[in-house]
Amino acid sequence: MFLINCPYCGERDQSEFKAGGEAHIERPKQPTELSDDEWAEYLFMRKNIKGIQFERWNHAHGCRKWFNMIRDTSNDEIKLIYKMGEKPPKG
Amino acid sequence: MSQNLRVKSSNFIDETSRISFKFNGKTYYGFKGDTLASALLANDIHLVGRSFKYHRPRGIMTSGSEEPNAIVQVGNDKAITEPNVRATEVEIYNGLEAKSQNCWPSVNFDIGGINNFLSPLLPAGFYYKTFMWPASFWEKYEIAIRHSAGLGRSPTKPDTDIYEHRYIHCDVLVIGAGISGIMAAKTATKNNLNTLLLDEKNELGGMTIYQNSEKFKIDNKISSEWLNDEIEELNKLDNLEIKTRTSVAAYHGYNYLLARENLTDHLSKDEKENKVRQRLLKIRAKKVIVATGSLERPLVFNNNDRPGIMLSSAVKKYADYYGVICGKNNIFFTNNDTAYESAISLLKKGINVHCIIDIRENSNSSIVKEAQDLGLKIYWSHTIVDTHGYKRLKQISIMELSKDGQSFANSNKIVLDCDCLGMSGGWTPAVHLFTQSGGKLKFREKDQVFIPNKYQSEQVSIGSCNGDFELDEIIKNSSDILKDFLKIEKTGFDNINVETSKETSKKNIWLLPSDKIVGKTKPFVDYQNDATAKDIKLALREGFRSIEHVKRYTTTGMGTDQGKLGNMHALGIIADTTGVKMGEVGTTTFRPPYTPLTFGTIVGRNVGEYFDIFRRTPMNDWHINNNAEFENVGQWKRAWYYPRGNETMYEAVQRESKATRESAGILDASTLGKIDIQGSDASEFLNRVYTNAWSKLGIGKCRYGLMLNEDGMVYDDGVTTRLGENHYIMTTTTGGAANVMGKLEDYLQTEWPELDVYLTSVTDHFATATIGGPNSKKILNKLIPDLDLSDENFPHMSFKEEKIGKINCRIMRISFTGELSYEINIQASYGKSLWEQCMDAGKEFNITPYGTETMHLLRAEKGFIIVGQDTDGTMTPIDLQMDWVVSKKKYDFIGKRSLYRSDTMREDRKQMVGLLTNDPNTVLEEGAQIISELNQTPVKMLGHVTSSYFSPNLGKSIALAVVKGGKNMMGKKLFIPMEDKTINVTVVDPIFLDKENKKLNA
Repeated sequence: MFLINCPYCGERDQSEFKAGGEAHIERPKQPTELSDDEWAEYLFMRKNIKGIQFERWNHAHGCRKWFNMIRDTSNDEIKLIYKMGEKPPKG
Repeated sequence: MSQNLRVKSSNFIDETSRISFKFNGKTYYGFKGDTLASALLANDIHLVGRSFKYHRPRGIMTSGSEEPNAIVQVGNDKAITEPNVRATEVEIYNGLEAKSQNCWPSVNFDIGGINNFLSPLLPAGFYYKTFMWPASFWEKYEIAIRHSAGLGRSPTKPDTDIYEHRYIHCDVLVIGAGISGIMAAKTATKNNLNTLLLDEKNELGGMTIYQNSEKFKIDNKISSEWLNDEIEELNKLDNLEIKTRTSVAAYHGYNYLLARENLTDHLSKDEKENKVRQRLLKIRAKKVIVATGSLERPLVFNNNDRPGIMLSSAVKKYADYYGVICGKNNIFFTNNDTAYESAISLLKKGINVHCIIDIRENSNSSIVKEAQDLGLKIYWSHTIVDTHGYKRLKQISIMELSKDGQSFANSNKIVLDCDCLGMSGGWTPAVHLFTQSGGKLKFREKDQVFIPNKYQSEQVSIGSCNGDFELDEIIKNSSDILKDFLKIEKTGFDNINVETSKETSKKNIWLLPSDKIVGKTKPFVDYQNDATAKDIKLALREGFRSIEHVKRYTTTGMGTDQGKLGNMHALGIIADTTGVKMGEVGTTTFRPPYTPLTFGTIVGRNVGEYFDIFRRTPMNDWHINNNAEFENVGQWKRAWYYPRGNETMYEAVQRESKATRESAGILDASTLGKIDIQGSDASEFLNRVYTNAWSKLGIGKCRYGLMLNEDGMVYDDGVTTRLGENHYIMTTTTGGAANVMGKLEDYLQTEWPELDVYLTSVTDHFATATIGGPNSKKILNKLIPDLDLSDENFPHMSFKEEKIGKINCRIMRISFTGELSYEINIQASYGKSLWEQCMDAGKEFNITPYGTETMHLLRAEKGFIIVGQDTDGTMTPIDLQMDWVVSKKKYDFIGKRSLYRSDTMREDRKQMVGLLTNDPNTVLEEGAQIISELNQTPVKMLGHVTSSYFSPNLGKSIALAVVKGGKNMMGKKLFIPMEDKTINVTVVDPIFLDKENKKLNA
């Protein structure tokens, strides 16, 4: 059970949070211009890596804010938490 | 029965307090402080159970939670009897009743014992291999197999005991109160850290607390005396919480641990009355110190499972701690020095020890010398090749080992008499919790143990669970590790004088040889599941390589003890047989719980009405007083229907439906989700989340909206009202409210942060009464006489802010039934009063309260969908024939692009249609499959019925269904095959009643 450091509330138990899948997948601004394949790429394709993964989390039973998390899925180590809209660190 | 097997020596047993208990129906006595195991042994009872597969007689092997054999059924009350309890952990109390398991008619004479003689026919994988064919017989085999499966009996009535959960936060959690755990707790506490110390036993001190050898001294005191003083000091410290009888079950990530605290299992019935039985501790610790000790290993040799064969440390503990002699003629069998400690302890009590059989060639450690000085005969380089005695050990046969330990030096066999054999195969660090936390192990060749290598979080292992077995090492290394881990200069144990006997030689043979051929031997590796070395070798011959596969095929380590004793031997035998290094075989995964948990502990107080949270509307009391039946919708308790007299649900719903269409009905709609939407971009936001256009909706007007997922499938629906220029109130389905709110927040925060929109859930702030039917206007007029209810002033799909009495309310003229109807929203606290006023005003019109079932029927007559009933996450609005609500003009909305994917545009998708049965009295079953051809194989399934009712207003059965290509099937005849008949139906338009909306504007 993770201990998650909500950027707005501080450390809270994982049970207060909801995972929201891969981060930094932007909704296309002009969906109608996309081919079926391009739209499908946005809609369905998600990474599922053993290792460093960028994720979205929501403090659902708290401040309701969404934020980003970098987590090593092989050992559940949370590397970094940063707010929505902030760019992920390079490397 | 007399207890002639007691020695007067124990500080831990209160011999003045005699306790009577029953085992297998017979009354015995023990003393306060005894476990069931020690009390039985004191009564010379070794045979306590039968093994799982072969029904072999089994006795008590250990003195702790690792016990594989002596597992019993405790209690005979159908509600609180507990199976698979380790006799070594049951503290006896007056009135305790325990029974042997897995034997019939009795443990002494067990019919299943025949399996032992059939055992050549029951190899590993027997069930997989035998019951494969003919496949159709499986159902019959299953009955017989299920009968023989399982050990104890589950309780058959609801548990009457009380359980609870508790959260604990601490700076330092110390698991295990042996010598290193005590050191850790004291050090942490003295450094002002808020510390929690847990131990599964009822006393602190682990194995050291009953150590009585002069060979092991700390600070010039016998180790047990030194530790006793330390514990006394510990008890004086603040900042420290100590919990005994508390077993850590699980060690999850981020130092989150679950432990089971046993509060009353050691008390008699009167004493435990109304007290919490067990508590689940949910612990979040900043730092964790694992001091779980180690488990003595058995030795694997032919027939190593007879009652009377025990671990050498257990024989010692029964003598030193409980004052119980396990045998009158003892022999020890060992590959290390541990058995010598046990033998010396017995000898000093005047208990006969015949000899020690040691597979090592020699040893010159001081403890071995002490044993020799006491005149103890030692058979060096010898092994046991067989044992004798069915229900109790009588004899053993030994032979001299060859140099390589795989065969024999000569053919001489010596037969020795004994009634108790203490064996020791060395020690296995208890790394279970460490690995549960994600820690990685490394293998230490020197003494063939897996020890912690890489830690996952803020934790350390100290003492023998970290691979330190010698007393001086334990103290020095624990002290050093603690300094580093707690970042302190001194522990107080830094320069302590320790005297110990050092082990000087080791020898490990995972499977000891026998003079019989392998197929004729029974060297047990997993005692509880009757897995032998032979089974493991068979699995390897059959091609299993991964330890995880061998485990499952042979069931090694899959009993209630989870292979605490035998797993290492299984690995060793695999390594030896396949020629792979032990460290490379790896280990099986240790999973929680470490020892079994009761369901009661897991559930805690969340039983009965506390099982789940539920929500009630402000009108709930009225519904109860008026005989409503309730239905669960999400967490809500919603009025389902209101039976009068002996009415069935069907009758009540027919009456309610008819009354509503003929005059007036009233529904509690308070549970609908309500989201208050404000901000200068509110209209734009609605444009993006709903399929239809919102910018031009006038203030005071209402509009139905359909919300899709990005994949184009219908997600939720509801009516949204424009309260002001930048102010809307959205209603959602009852069950979908929280998810819709979450989804909208998600888009606002992550995709469209530039929009100026604020969302607030106001579901609980309003109570809603919906009055509908031709007379609803007259009723509302009585409630608010000043309000002009004409179609000009208050048309369908519009809104008024009014007062009923002095109370503000929001009234929407909207309809989910097809009738003229008004939805009155009022501050929740006035909900019941609003409802009662409506009932009063409607009395002369026979206003009829109706529940969710009637609501469903009325909307089905009108062909309105219910998201979640008529849709299942695979229906687009086009599939639902709801093209009218999808804007063609809007550039984008959630899910729009997906409506033009090749798959969503297929003509043969399942589409919403109405169905009429040829016989108007036949009501279809919801979920029934629909086909177009009879006698077709395989039959093509076109779709299924989603909603079905008998409509009292139309006088016939109606149904909604989804059918492949249904849109183009109007008038087509289809079939619904049921178990006993086939029902003929015709595809029709899904709107059955008032297609022209005359009633809405009546």
